[in-house]
Amino acid sequence: MSETNVLKKIVRNRMFFPLVCLALVLIINMIVTAAQGGSPLSFFEVRMIAETGTLAGPLITILNRASELVILAVGMTLVVSCTKGADISVGSVMVLSGAVSIWFLGFGQLQANNYHVSEYVVPYVVGLLAALIVGGICGLWHGFLVAKLKIQPMIATLILLIGGRGIAKVVANGQINHVDVPSYRWLGNTIQNADGVNPLLLPTPIFVAAFVVLVAALLLKFTALGMNIQSVGINDRSSRILGLNSVRIIFTVFVICGVCAAIAGMIATSRISSVDTQNVGKMIELDAILAVALGGNSLAGGRFSLAGSVIGAVTIQTLTTVLYSLSVSPDQLPFFKAIVVIIIVILQSPQLRPLLDKGVARVKNLFGINKQLFTDPQEVNQS
Amino acid sequence: MTNLTTMDSPSFGAHLWRVTRARFGGNNFLLLITIILFAGMYLFGSVVYSSKNFGTLNSFFDMLNSNSALIVLAAGMTMVLISGGIDISVGAQIAMYCMMFAYFMEHQFVNAYVMILVVLITGIVFGLIQGVLVAYFDIQPFIVTLAGMFLARGMTAMISPQTISITNKDFMALAKFQIKFPFGGYTNAAGVYQQPFIYLHVVLALVALIALYMVMTWSKFGRSVYAVGGSEQSAKLMGLNVRRTKMMVYVVNGFLAAFAGFLFCLFSPGGAVEKAPAYEMYAIAAAVIGGAMFTGGVGNILGSVFGVLVQSTIIKFVNFNGTLSNGWPEVIRAAIMSFFIILQSVFTYVRKRRE
Repeated sequence: MSETNVLKKIVRNRMFFPLVCLALVLIINMIVTAAQGGSPLSFFEVRMIAETGTLAGPLITILNRASELVILAVGMTLVVSCTKGADISVGSVMVLSGAVSIWFLGFGQLQANNYHVSEYVVPYVVGLLAALIVGGICGLWHGFLVAKLKIQPMIATLILLIGGRGIAKVVANGQINHVDVPSYRWLGNTIQNADGVNPLLLPTPIFVAAFVVLVAALLLKFTALGMNIQSVGINDRSSRILGLNSVRIIFTVFVICGVCAAIAGMIATSRISSVDTQNVGKMIELDAILAVALGGNSLAGGRFSLAGSVIGAVTIQTLTTVLYSLSVSPDQLPFFKAIVVIIIVILQSPQLRPLLDKGVARVKNLFGINKQLFTDPQEVNQS
Repeated sequence: MTNLTTMDSPSFGAHLWRVTRARFGGNNFLLLITIILFAGMYLFGSVVYSSKNFGTLNSFFDMLNSNSALIVLAAGMTMVLISGGIDISVGAQIAMYCMMFAYFMEHQFVNAYVMILVVLITGIVFGLIQGVLVAYFDIQPFIVTLAGMFLARGMTAMISPQTISITNKDFMALAKFQIKFPFGGYTNAAGVYQQPFIYLHVVLALVALIALYMVMTWSKFGRSVYAVGGSEQSAKLMGLNVRRTKMMVYVVNGFLAAFAGFLFCLFSPGGAVEKAPAYEMYAIAAAVIGGAMFTGGVGNILGSVFGVLVQSTIIKFVNFNGTLSNGWPEVIRAAIMSFFIILQSVFTYVRKRRE
């Protein structure tokens, strides 16, 4: 009896679903590597590259590549929890903040230099701050539309999904803007000291992502923000009656999401040390939403688990890597992700059980199976 | 004579005002703003760019010729918005259908007319799956159709990652079929008379539009969609099958998306992964500009045409100007969309206050 209780406890745990998903993807990955003739455990191999002083291996690569998604997932989790919708403009906000920061860094010199920034016109910090402020402003705009004008979040963010990329193109003057300063690559790749060695051992995005997650986790743990967000997400009206300022909370959530998108945008532009308005953050919105869903969070708002979303984001990146190793092209990738999303939302659907029961009953009727045979003897005894 | 006297009397003005209010007050108020906006923009363009033949019939038909698919999409989107849902998979669906046409006609040598049928059926099936997920599983339409959008784009790449252009004779005959107008043309700089014409796909689009308008206005299904969008609870109490109505909306929209895919393929015959980018956004913008409300229950199918025309006038402005960067159309589109969304919100607020 107690064993089943422990089992139930494990299954009911919020982290169970995300971890199972991650384990599933890892197992698939092992099978794939084994089938391709590699060692099944090669996934976990970490080796040191002496020249750059950086640890390398599939695990590190996945964590590195997943860091933007992890950062986006933090913001998205809060938005989903609080507003029952999602911020579908994160990709556009990413590219917009990246474009603005490069516009500042090469202030006035871009066009003359054929859209290359060979040296900073303003300090890097100004560019970074500009990006964060742009993200914050986008968040304020969404907060205004959702909290003040009572527009559904997905529609409110739809505007910047179209417009954000357009503004970014206008800011970048329709060109791909490059930054040639070596230190610009640090944020998205590895930090290099004078010897060309990375003192941090790991790629920088991993640290940035870890930092964002840590800050968010501390903020949620030591302030009432997390509780308030869930409260507004579960029932907006009753939280207002309780005395919560739901307008301010919705504003906060969107600003956090916007700033997260800006940080992700800085990493993404730093990775390729240029802002490609067409391709940076392309179709990343679904990945972010998928990360939240894979993390065991309901897309209908309410309770959330930040750790779940982070695991979800890593799971998606692992899935992407596995699919790439199966020689799936980047264009075909959305097909598989969409199927995963559909499966998850069907599993999450509150209508699944009633529909299944109905279906089972129908099949039983079809074959003329006597329902009495299937009733639980215990139940009969009790009645 | 009596008519004249009534016209002259002050009561005619009052009558006209009353008729206008009945027609355009309330729910059609947003549409009225759109029509005024379009007329203003078009007049402005005709005056400013008169040297570039902005105001000619050719130029107007050109807008229709390049937007036939969007007209159908916008009409379908209006219907979905009226039902209280949304469908952002339509642009990706168009890419998928174009690729289906291109791949199966060029590489598998399937008959063009058979392909049209296959594509339309695929659209219905696609819509059916989305509809079941939205209506029977109670999943948010945004999530379902976002997944649908990715599915369709990925599917396009699965069918063929290459760009295929269509050379099928039957299909190209349909694509090149023009209906010429005997009047309204102009003589260009070289002294050649330019006869205005519309393509066959424009006619098909307009037929689909009017058919959908009639369905939404007079059929039981159409009225149920308005009822469900207005208030699901009341619709249920009225005895309407809410779930089935919602599902049918997506099925019809899937069919319309397939039809739009066919029209788009006639407009630009070929298949590519990046075909019809962001078309779902244009369709949503057109529907919203045309007076459909995101809250559901309000909208006019014919209004969506004005939404399309307003957008293509903007594109024309940017093209005629020639110096603006390629981001501007998107920015202006987004600005107009946010203007209308905010207007809707204010409109809803005012009406609530009045009640």
